[in-house]
Amino acid sequence: MAGVFIDVKVSAEIAGDADIARKLEEVCPVGIFAAKEAGVEIVDDNLDECTLCDLCLEAAPKGSVEIVKLYEA
Amino acid sequence: MRFYEYEAKALFRKHRLPLGGGEVVNSAEAARAAFEKIGGPVVLKSQVLSGGRMKAGAVKFADTADEAAAHFDAILPIVVKGEKARSILMEEKSPVDQEYFVAITWDGRAKQPVLVFSDMGGIDIEEVAEKHPDHVSKTHFSSILPLTPRIAKEAIGATGVQGSALNRLTPIVFELMNIFLEYDLTLAEINPLARLESGQFIVLDGHIDMEAEARGEHKALLEELGIGEDETRQARPPTEFELAGARVNAVDHRGVAGNVVEFDGNLGLVIGAGGGSLTLFDAVRKHGGKPANYCEIGGNPSVGKAKELTKLILSKPGVEKIAVMMNVVSNTRVDIVARGVVKGCLEAGKDPAETIAIFRIPGAWEEEGFKILEKYGVEYCDRSVSMYDAAGRAVAKMA
Repeated sequence: MAGVFIDVKVSAEIAGDADIARKLEEVCPVGIFAAKEAGVEIVDDNLDECTLCDLCLEAAPKGSVEIVKLYEA
Repeated sequence: MRFYEYEAKALFRKHRLPLGGGEVVNSAEAARAAFEKIGGPVVLKSQVLSGGRMKAGAVKFADTADEAAAHFDAILPIVVKGEKARSILMEEKSPVDQEYFVAITWDGRAKQPVLVFSDMGGIDIEEVAEKHPDHVSKTHFSSILPLTPRIAKEAIGATGVQGSALNRLTPIVFELMNIFLEYDLTLAEINPLARLESGQFIVLDGHIDMEAEARGEHKALLEELGIGEDETRQARPPTEFELAGARVNAVDHRGVAGNVVEFDGNLGLVIGAGGGSLTLFDAVRKHGGKPANYCEIGGNPSVGKAKELTKLILSKPGVEKIAVMMNVVSNTRVDIVARGVVKGCLEAGKDPAETIAIFRIPGAWEEEGFKILEKYGVEYCDRSVSMYDAAGRAVAKMA
């Protein structure tokens, strides 16, 4: 189920990068990212648990991960 | 956490308070054997955690072994206030000359333990206090400074007891005060404490409530008494709603969204923070509101946990709206709770703007939380509105 409050977008450039996927999975405290063989996968059920800590933004190349606050849209 | 009478008496025995002979029995045959052992008229008492045993017919006297066995069979199936007997306590029947009441509990307003004594025991102490106030004394004492028997003696003497009775009651009452403090109790009561025709003083019935948070501290005692770690020992068995609340809390380690207690009102409460839940519950009632539940949230519960708690409360028949209120929070994020309760409403098929009567959680990340509430049209307020006034606003919407 997609998030009601939060959406996370990963750019096509890093979506298939296994190393970045592992990093994202490791840093996210609420399990929004899952590292798969094909790259990073978003765990929809956990999106609304996002604490806006920005650790994912720091773990990935600048601009490749975007946190969207749906309630600000 | 409440003790059964036989457990309370085991604790009293450990502290050498005067008790008559008796034992716990679990079969009619055992009752017959216990009668022979005690060797005289006995009383059989159902072991339940609630009061009202006498009215329910779960206390009976027997003069023969056959009668004791028959009474055992009669008492065991009796349900007292929804609770079945765990076992039957058989004790020798004592020829009573006078009954006294003594209890120590915690006075939240005075922030001290209070000793209540009366020379009119065996009956409802509130009734005695109302009709015979000169026969009831209330004495506060420090939980920090050393206790002295003088405090007990003055409390007893204040009801007019003197002479030999005063001297013999003092060590009993004093020891009960020590027990109260030593085991972190919230209630230590003996009623009645009887003077027998022989002049001997004896504990006829006792009630002990231990602070639930102190269980770990007194593990050895609880093991000694045979009280299992899984026994919650509340005054009544938990309702399905309360069990569901405990499951919501147990699913996720993050924060607390539990300790749900069911009431029969129409305003669901999602409340908490540093005593805030008690204050807010009282405030709702003071404004004439009818809470559907009590609960405690805090320690930054996850969105999922706050959501499930909200859905549970909204699923309760008769609940029309919920009030989401906390004290000023620093270790709980306002936006996380806001997401949880709004999502709970949405998943329950309800409009958050109509369902949430008021959202009053000021503190960490409140600006972010308020953005969410504005998006969904939920009325909210910050710390400039007191908890009392916020509760009033919620109640006003129930009219």
